[in-house]
Amino acid sequence: MGRAIEAGHDFVQRQSRSSLYDRGRQNRHKNETRMQQKPPDQRACKSRRRGSETMSHIELPAPDSAIVARREAIVADLVALVGAGTVVADEDGRRAFETDALTAYRCMPLAVVLPRTTDEVSRVLRYCYENNVRVVPRGAGTSLCGGALPAEDAIVIGVSKMNRVIEIDYEARFARVEAGITNLAISAAVSERGYFYAPDPSSQLACTLAGNIAMNSGGAHCLKYGVTTNNILGVRMVLITGEVVDIGGAHLDADGYDLLGLVVGSEGQFGIVTEATVRIIRAAEGARPMLIGFGSSEQAGRCVSAIIASGIIPVAIEFMDKPAIDVCESFAHAGYPLDVEALLIVEVEGSEAEIEGFLAQIRDIAAPFGPTHVMISNGPIQSAKIWKGRKSAFGAIGRISDYYCMDGTIPLSRLPQVLTSISAICARHGLKVANIFHAGDGNLHPLILYNANDPAESERAEIAGAEILTLCVEVGGCLTGEHGVGIEKRDLMRVQFSDVDLALQMRIKAAFDPAWLLNPGKVFPLDAAGGGLGQAA
Amino acid sequence: MQTNFTPEQLADPRIAEADRILRRCVHCGLCTAVCSTYVVVGDERDSPRGRIYLIKDMFERGRDATREVQHHVDRCLSCLSCMTTCPGGVDYMHLVDHARVHIAETGQRGLKDRLMRRLLAAVVPDPKRFRLALKAAPLGRPFLPIMRRLGLKELAAMLEIAPSTLPPPSRFEGPGTAVPQGERRARVIMLAGCAQQVLRPEINDATIRLLARRGVDVVVANGAGCCGALTHHMGEEEQALTAARRNVDAWTREIERAPVDAIVINASGCGTTVKDYGYMLRLDPAYAEKAKVVSALTKDVTEFVAGYDLGPPKRWSSLRVAYHSACSLQHGQRVTDEPKALLLAAGYTVLDVPEGHICCGSAGTYNIMQPELARELRDRKVKNIKSRKPDVIAAGNIGCIMQIASGTDTPIAHSIELLDWAYGGPVPRGLEALEAFVSDVPQPKRDFKAYISS
Repeated sequence: MGRAIEAGHDFVQRQSRSSLYDRGRQNRHKNETRMQQKPPDQRACKSRRRGSETMSHIELPAPDSAIVARREAIVADLVALVGAGTVVADEDGRRAFETDALTAYRCMPLAVVLPRTTDEVSRVLRYCYENNVRVVPRGAGTSLCGGALPAEDAIVIGVSKMNRVIEIDYEARFARVEAGITNLAISAAVSERGYFYAPDPSSQLACTLAGNIAMNSGGAHCLKYGVTTNNILGVRMVLITGEVVDIGGAHLDADGYDLLGLVVGSEGQFGIVTEATVRIIRAAEGARPMLIGFGSSEQAGRCVSAIIASGIIPVAIEFMDKPAIDVCESFAHAGYPLDVEALLIVEVEGSEAEIEGFLAQIRDIAAPFGPTHVMISNGPIQSAKIWKGRKSAFGAIGRISDYYCMDGTIPLSRLPQVLTSISAICARHGLKVANIFHAGDGNLHPLILYNANDPAESERAEIAGAEILTLCVEVGGCLTGEHGVGIEKRDLMRVQFSDVDLALQMRIKAAFDPAWLLNPGKVFPLDAAGGGLGQAA
Repeated sequence: MQTNFTPEQLADPRIAEADRILRRCVHCGLCTAVCSTYVVVGDERDSPRGRIYLIKDMFERGRDATREVQHHVDRCLSCLSCMTTCPGGVDYMHLVDHARVHIAETGQRGLKDRLMRRLLAAVVPDPKRFRLALKAAPLGRPFLPIMRRLGLKELAAMLEIAPSTLPPPSRFEGPGTAVPQGERRARVIMLAGCAQQVLRPEINDATIRLLARRGVDVVVANGAGCCGALTHHMGEEEQALTAARRNVDAWTREIERAPVDAIVINASGCGTTVKDYGYMLRLDPAYAEKAKVVSALTKDVTEFVAGYDLGPPKRWSSLRVAYHSACSLQHGQRVTDEPKALLLAAGYTVLDVPEGHICCGSAGTYNIMQPELARELRDRKVKNIKSRKPDVIAAGNIGCIMQIASGTDTPIAHSIELLDWAYGGPVPRGLEALEAFVSDVPQPKRDFKAYISS
């Protein structure tokens, strides 16, 4: 604990020395200067805008050359600790881990460890703590914000081999699982008895619970059931010191501080969660989605506001605009209308009578907004297709273009206005945009379409992205709804938070990880407290 | 995903094709969760996304295949489970094919590995040699422990999988045409196959009987042989293309002789490859067009039969049939419903297998070249099948049949054998004990028209 307090003090001093920044602007100038000093090419770590001079460049922290130089010795130590079969050290092998689902940023890690037990995680973390080696935790590598982006002087600890179900208690409605299990595998394990695990990120087939916990992931059905933090009862977490702590339990509230609330969404910077107890919920008797098509995004946006304002809480309200509908329909053949500008997928659940009632009510609410297409799913097969199309939307966009996925959240009332502004921003940068998002809770996912093989266009995409997120904050929303900050939104944190806010967050981070070894270079702007990089070491 | 190829690199058609495929991948990772090797080992390098990344790096840098890349590509089953999940439509099948060719050309395989591959490529596709080898297999069995100790795990795996007794050769062996009596409704070419003829000749017999009974001429073309899948998956491009050309020639002659309604294939692994002839031979001006015609005509036998009204079955049973969906059928050819619908219509109780999208580990010669992973996948598959408590297992691919049979006592047969049985054929080999549970459907004593007129 002593080290943590020191870190906090040190940090505060730095803050006062540098005086407070004028939220964002001045800081961007600083970034510019530093960027020009950056070496023009590094094969090991590269970002899309290497060597460019724009305001939103995301810099990767300079590696600790002393650690990089000791790579072979560190690998040998790791092999001695957990065995050769658990350590990936060869160049090709490490290459496969150099990026996640934000492929514009890539960096070869020092080594990769794929442990099978909490004990192995503990041994490796303790070693890293004692030897001042940074650590990047990784689940399935599906982060859209670079949350699992490695660092050249860091080892990656991937929990993908830890995927067992440990215990299921239907009476107490919880399941205890290893954190490397995929989100959908939890539901699959309890589905035979009619239960499910509620948060359902679109990548739920592949993403791990560990990653969901790190990013406090949401999903289409979180409108009714809440996001990850509302569905986690307890975690077993390995601290950077190698100590193992159990936080929470198998019940809703725990004694003492709500540390669980802190850990969920901590982006792998507090420790590595190896086990979790999650809430499982009895599925409703039935559920049925309904498609409502509109002639414009604005009308669809207003309809969403009206549905929520009416007091009905559907399980999900999803929004897709025309470019997204076209792509998803060609993949999923779900029966999405192709002649509308915007489409809402509204799902309600309950008994047959309840479903009928809700759908009729929603149809009435939608009527004043002039829907051009209303269709209720004709059965489970079509419902599955409707959701398959929606959940595969990001990947399906790959059929037409590379994309840069945004994750801002806005107050619902501003939806129509924000949608118009997003189109304007993208048009100004000469880019196309496809909108697919959780409209019910105002969590936007504009996908900026660009050609990744065209550096200038990539650059414009990133600028447009920053402008969109800034817009979200300006209208009273926030930078990230569910994907996390990672590396992508790190430099925009000052748009959202004051320096006092950030200072508090960093003090908490330092309490868990005084040497700032866990998931370095993410979440906080690099220049804040030395980029949060080992200032206390 | 961004790619980094120079214009010179892109002038090579293989690289240009790889670039086109890679550009579609957005590295979203959905494929990892359905990959047969990733679900077992949980390692990015043994996932489609990881392999795509390794292949991309290998091609971008224009370098020879390293042992690591070779190792992880070798471990891919080509089950193509990733392809039915990939929302972006990334053509992994052809990407990994290109990588295999590159590995075969530039990789450094050890002597044992090379000899083993050469042995398999020389023996398995040739029914005569294969039969001889299988007959000799029992002689090698006493040496299994020694082989394992010497690290010859592949050879050991081969001997273990080899059946202890061989069935007599097919009734309809060799080229020729089976002509039905009565009305003739269609003419199809049947791929007689290679290993299947030896391991379970009853499959071809059942196919011919079932089709002929419905008035279909079944032609086994003179000169056609192994489809080339085996060497194709080893990256031995020339050998595979030779096999493909030979079949295209043989079938084109038949197509020119008289109209052909379909080329029917009852081993789905072969079906996936023959359906791909059009692609494999696209750069060969002499064959590109003919191969396209052949691929377009190719159908899995259940796909073809589903288009025919088989009428009511002759025998009725309440047998519980676990339908094992062969990867080549469900992922490679995307034929999923037809076999089940046919079995159901024939009176069987059809059971879906949990985790049905995962491979059984057979995958051509995979169970010989990668025995550990194959065994793990087989045991997982058998466990999932057993959870449904079936009386019999049905599958549409000889590889799966042999692989699953090696791990369970539950009888297993080709879907077509079960259909043939229900429609009047003999009881499939290995299912004799179930015969008591199958009864003849009572036939009307008089023609139904007689009822109407009376």
